[in-house]
Amino acid sequence: MATIAQPVGQPIEQPGRFTHYLNSEYGIRSWLFTTDHKRIAWLYVITLTLAFGLGAIAAGLIRLALFTPQGDVVTAQGYDELFTMHGVIMVWLFLIPSIPATFGNFFLPIMLGARDLAFPRLNLLSWYIYVFGGAWVVAALVYGGVDTGWTFYTPYSTEYSHTNVVPTEMGIFIVGFSTILTALNFIVTTHRMRAPGLTWFRLPLFVWTIYATSLIMLLATPVLAIALLLLVIQRVWTVGIFDPSLGGDPLLFQHLFWFYSHPAVYIMILPAMGVVSEIIPSFTRRPVFGYKAVAISSFGLAIVGFLVWGHHMFTSGQSIYASMIFSVMSFLVAIFSAIKVFNWTFTFFRGSVWLQTPLLYALSFIGLFVMGGLTGLYLATLPLDVHLTDTYFVIAHFHYIMVGGTLSMYLGAMHYWWPKMTGRMYPELPAKLAALLLFAGFNLTFFPQYVLGALGMPRRYWSYDPVYQVWNVLSSAGATVLALGYILPFVYLLWSLKYGEKAGPNPWGSKGLEWQTSSPPPRFNFRATPVITQRPHTQ
Amino acid sequence: MPEDALSTPILRGEGGRVDEQFETVEQQQTTAVTGLWVFLGTEVMFFGGLFLAFLVYRLVYPQAFIEGTEHQNVLIGTINTIVITTSSLAMRLAVRAAQLGQRWRLRGFLVIAINLGVLFLVLKGVEYYQHYEESLIPGHAFKFPEPFAAQAQMYWILYFVATGLHGLHLLVGIGVLSVMFFFAMLDKFGPEYYTPVEVSANYWHFVDIVWTFLFPVLYLLRW
Ligand SMILES: [Cu+2]
Repeated sequence: MATIAQPVGQPIEQPGRFTHYLNSEYGIRSWLFTTDHKRIAWLYVITLTLAFGLGAIAAGLIRLALFTPQGDVVTAQGYDELFTMHGVIMVWLFLIPSIPATFGNFFLPIMLGARDLAFPRLNLLSWYIYVFGGAWVVAALVYGGVDTGWTFYTPYSTEYSHTNVVPTEMGIFIVGFSTILTALNFIVTTHRMRAPGLTWFRLPLFVWTIYATSLIMLLATPVLAIALLLLVIQRVWTVGIFDPSLGGDPLLFQHLFWFYSHPAVYIMILPAMGVVSEIIPSFTRRPVFGYKAVAISSFGLAIVGFLVWGHHMFTSGQSIYASMIFSVMSFLVAIFSAIKVFNWTFTFFRGSVWLQTPLLYALSFIGLFVMGGLTGLYLATLPLDVHLTDTYFVIAHFHYIMVGGTLSMYLGAMHYWWPKMTGRMYPELPAKLAALLLFAGFNLTFFPQYVLGALGMPRRYWSYDPVYQVWNVLSSAGATVLALGYILPFVYLLWSLKYGEKAGPNPWGSKGLEWQTSSPPPRFNFRATPVITQRPHTQ
Repeated sequence: MPEDALSTPILRGEGGRVDEQFETVEQQQTTAVTGLWVFLGTEVMFFGGLFLAFLVYRLVYPQAFIEGTEHQNVLIGTINTIVITTSSLAMRLAVRAAQLGQRWRLRGFLVIAINLGVLFLVLKGVEYYQHYEESLIPGHAFKFPEPFAAQAQMYWILYFVATGLHGLHLLVGIGVLSVMFFFAMLDKFGPEYYTPVEVSANYWHFVDIVWTFLFPVLYLLRW
């Protein structure tokens, strides 16, 4: 447990008034020009919610269009633009920044016992870059649209597309700077800003995952940047970097793209795993079983994540020997993931389990993640992938990871840390209902897509054979339940800002360092610099 | 509960030497230096992707790339290599001068480093003009003897992208060093405060090192 040492540096408290980061300053300027990592986290929450809303509307329209086999709702071109919009917005404007930019931003410094990130102004700049680049991308997608899919494969994105490919890619390029600068900030902060006594093996597991995620962001994003830049140059300059008729190699683009985009999956899932690793000890009253193994497996995932990108290219014409190696490497991912899952479940053993909403989300994460992970093994198996690639099986697989995993835990983290961030409790009953709706709605939406994929329905088609209709109707029906699972928290969380019960510093009785300061925390997080003497959550 | 776990309190925030998030001056300085090193990690991967693309096409089209390389002006390339390396040296000496509090030497070395950077860009511009005269700019105006026209064009695209991005980094560096020079004129730096000079110098060295890789790969690799 953390002990609080003598106050150092600034005296923060005036007697008689409870001051915290939310009431230390008022007005719109105090938000738009803030350098407080906690306020910047809120700025991200707001903009990410907007981005998520846009991506979700596109998803809703896709499901509506697929309700009938012949494509009654939109044109074929409109359908292509819809799924591109959905993919681009969800991947780059929501999932990549989701947990790191919000909860990472808010809690990394607090969990390190620091007053702020190492570079607070850079942190604010990251947000502005995100907003600028994000608005740019959305404008390109909405006014004109793009029909290439989020992967921008050549030649779909070169001579066969007359849509806004160049502006969209430039926008994504800009958003990349935001990702890189945030990652840089997190890495440096973890190295340089730890409280006295906070050694690496006393770091909370959430910090380990955010650190590993930041390494991936730092090293993978620039490769996407150069890939997109070369593609933009090819289009603008009308030369043939990836065009076979001019001596270019389209596979090179795929290699560069997936060198980023496979690790990007770990950018999305690792922070979610970190949140699970915080919620479970808080609600079982036990430190996570096998702390070191769980901590190091985050690095295992980050490193192996860089070595498996070729599994997206089994049918693209890459060498069969390369495919075999990528296949074997991909199986290693399962080992590191399983280390985490087994240790989480062992933690429950002899724990005293308190089934509150955050734990419900964590349990639903484990279920959905295992499902998504195991079907990943199907896809990593060479002969099976030849059958399943580019079908709805792939769609279902990665939505189990990204939506069932990351998005569930984004909401789980929101509930877990809501009392700390706002000082108010959310209402428990509707929250539990929302968690259940999410789990049920998600499975109803995406499980039928596994079936569709196994039956051979290809992805990215505007119309389909009527034999697939039953499963598509089920999936679309599930999407409406899922939508309820998102709208409900939005409503009661806003409600709780004003009417929620006062939370107090530690409503969960957690031993985590962030729960040892007041709710909401003071401007500089702790009234005195904490001194750490033990592993997190030690009882 | 160790009493002496923290350094002595100092004035933070407005008016203080140390930003509010740090405990000590030393922590603030090392943090800034670490920040730049981490940033260079991202830069290495950025140029790394480009080098990979170059390597792939170099292996697939060796003959065309050699013929492309033969149009390079090795003399200007060599002079530029000397120019940029000397500039890097001058910048290191500027850091040393800042650490020792020699303000005129600091200003002088900064001026040398900046001007050599500008000279590099001017010489690069001369080269670009020569390429233009020889119709080596990729696109519709590109002319190259068959049978290697399309493949050699690939060499020239990657050459322009690589040197263009390097030039962009150099331009940013010249901007940063100019800001350092401005602060040096205001006597902001001294033995107790020189981190910005050191961080800019490290960036400047990186730009130099990228060229050190580009030069042999783009100009000298002829077999
Ligand atoms: Cu992958």
